[in-house]
Amino acid sequence: MNPSFPIEKIRSDFPILHQQVYKRPLVYFDNAASTQKPRQVIDAIDHYYEHDNCNIHRGVHYLSVKATEAYEETRKEVREFINAGSTNEIIFTKGATESLNLVASSFGRRYLRSGDEVISTIMEHHSNFVPWQQICLERGARFRVAGIRENGALNLDELKSMISEKTRLIALTHVSNVLGTINPVKEIIELAHAYQIPVLIDGAQGVSHLQVDVQDMDCDFYCFSGHKMYAPMGVGVLYGKEKFLEELPPYQLGGEMIKDVYIDHTVFNELPFKFEAGTPNVEGVMGLRAAIRYLKELGMNNIAVYEADLLKYAEQKLSLVEGMRFYGSGPDKASLISFQVGDIHPYDAGTIMDKMGIAVRTGHHCAMPLMDYLKIPGTVRASFAFYNTEEEIDRLYEAILMVIKMFK
Amino acid sequence: MTIKESEKQIMDQFASFDDWLDKYNLIVEMGKSLPLIDEKYKTDQFIISGCQSKVWLHAVYHDGRIIFTADSDAIITKGIVNLLIQVLSNQTPDDILNEKLEFIEDIGLKEHLSPTRSNGLSSMIKQMKLYAFVFKAKMEKE
Repeated sequence: MNPSFPIEKIRSDFPILHQQVYKRPLVYFDNAASTQKPRQVIDAIDHYYEHDNCNIHRGVHYLSVKATEAYEETRKEVREFINAGSTNEIIFTKGATESLNLVASSFGRRYLRSGDEVISTIMEHHSNFVPWQQICLERGARFRVAGIRENGALNLDELKSMISEKTRLIALTHVSNVLGTINPVKEIIELAHAYQIPVLIDGAQGVSHLQVDVQDMDCDFYCFSGHKMYAPMGVGVLYGKEKFLEELPPYQLGGEMIKDVYIDHTVFNELPFKFEAGTPNVEGVMGLRAAIRYLKELGMNNIAVYEADLLKYAEQKLSLVEGMRFYGSGPDKASLISFQVGDIHPYDAGTIMDKMGIAVRTGHHCAMPLMDYLKIPGTVRASFAFYNTEEEIDRLYEAILMVIKMFK
Repeated sequence: MTIKESEKQIMDQFASFDDWLDKYNLIVEMGKSLPLIDEKYKTDQFIISGCQSKVWLHAVYHDGRIIFTADSDAIITKGIVNLLIQVLSNQTPDDILNEKLEFIEDIGLKEHLSPTRSNGLSSMIKQMKLYAFVFKAKMEKE
């Protein structure tokens, strides 16, 4: 374990971790569903409501100007965090799901025609699957889905073989929320761009674990949620290349996205406001700013190294369990483990682990097509964050032994 | 046995346990017991799909009473299915409709009946009440 990573100090920043559930210290391994928030994020929200709260944009008074500045300042910090080219490319949304729906709806209406194709993968979260499936149905386009290999890695050959002159877009996840697989997005984007096909990356599970550089990656869209990266719920980001965002029709109408309204037509605002209808979640954006600052202070590379060590420890420890089956064991993996023990139902395992103070997620993880593909009802998923420890993984191991004892 | 008598029997059985582990071990034992439904009814027609676990429920009406059989793919769910069957099966439609299942709270397993738990149990209870409602309507018509 990296001695320079100040784990005790980090844990003390997260108030929620220091509690007992069912008389045992909480072990929080449900980070892929939502991460906990450091004191700095909680304080930022308090500070906003105690000092700066006001509706933003177009205000002439002190508070409105202050809140608007803080909001727009955050846009710059998000741009820098993912290395986007311009703040015009940073749209605040309510989360990755909204970002993905926005692109599917606006891109679909602008570009998809009968006979066109959109390619995705079997490992997508429903949020990057259903919007594309539905817009394809609506537009008479074909939705195609590439499979995975035995180890949970994307079947790149299959995906490549689907690319044709009919392909209008490829939508895939950066990191699988079930398998932990990190997809070779740069390679796929390079290939797609050779055929002038844009690529959307669902970064909901990527941005909290990996240093994301959208210009280096060269993706056309990148979507993520605040709440999976230590920021509040209800705030997220859509990054889109300016040339696409200029072309796409707006998603929702009203509020700051309006420039001029006449009885017979409306002129929409410029980027990035064109896609931000209604009063935005300013408190969420303030929390997002604090979370980004927190992550920058820790360093995304330090986080990646610490989490890789945790994953390695967990894989070694859990592989000692008889009957253990891992789902996703490719070479490039984010810090989560999906598993089943023998034929013990994930619901049974999760219920007993909960009673032992361990929060894991069980079920299909909003990836039903993947569960069907793997022919399983679900998995138990332990997903790690940089505030987790090896001792906590030992507790998970003990809990699994208890589950086996009860259900064998 | 009346509903109240079955409930009392279950509550007595659980009353001796202070520890969650003993309680769950009993539920698991109840879940491991023989299939509670004829295999031929474990089909899509009788399934109540929860997000987490599945439940199959079958009902027949006989002599003014409803006989329920059911099963689940998860053992804890099946254990609780077993309790619900013990209480609600072989009862009259009126008794089933009026039953509030407060004994589940008494034995400390209420969380499993929450609709947000998505294990199929809350939908199963709804379905049992629906059967009672339909059989009652049918009976009154005849």
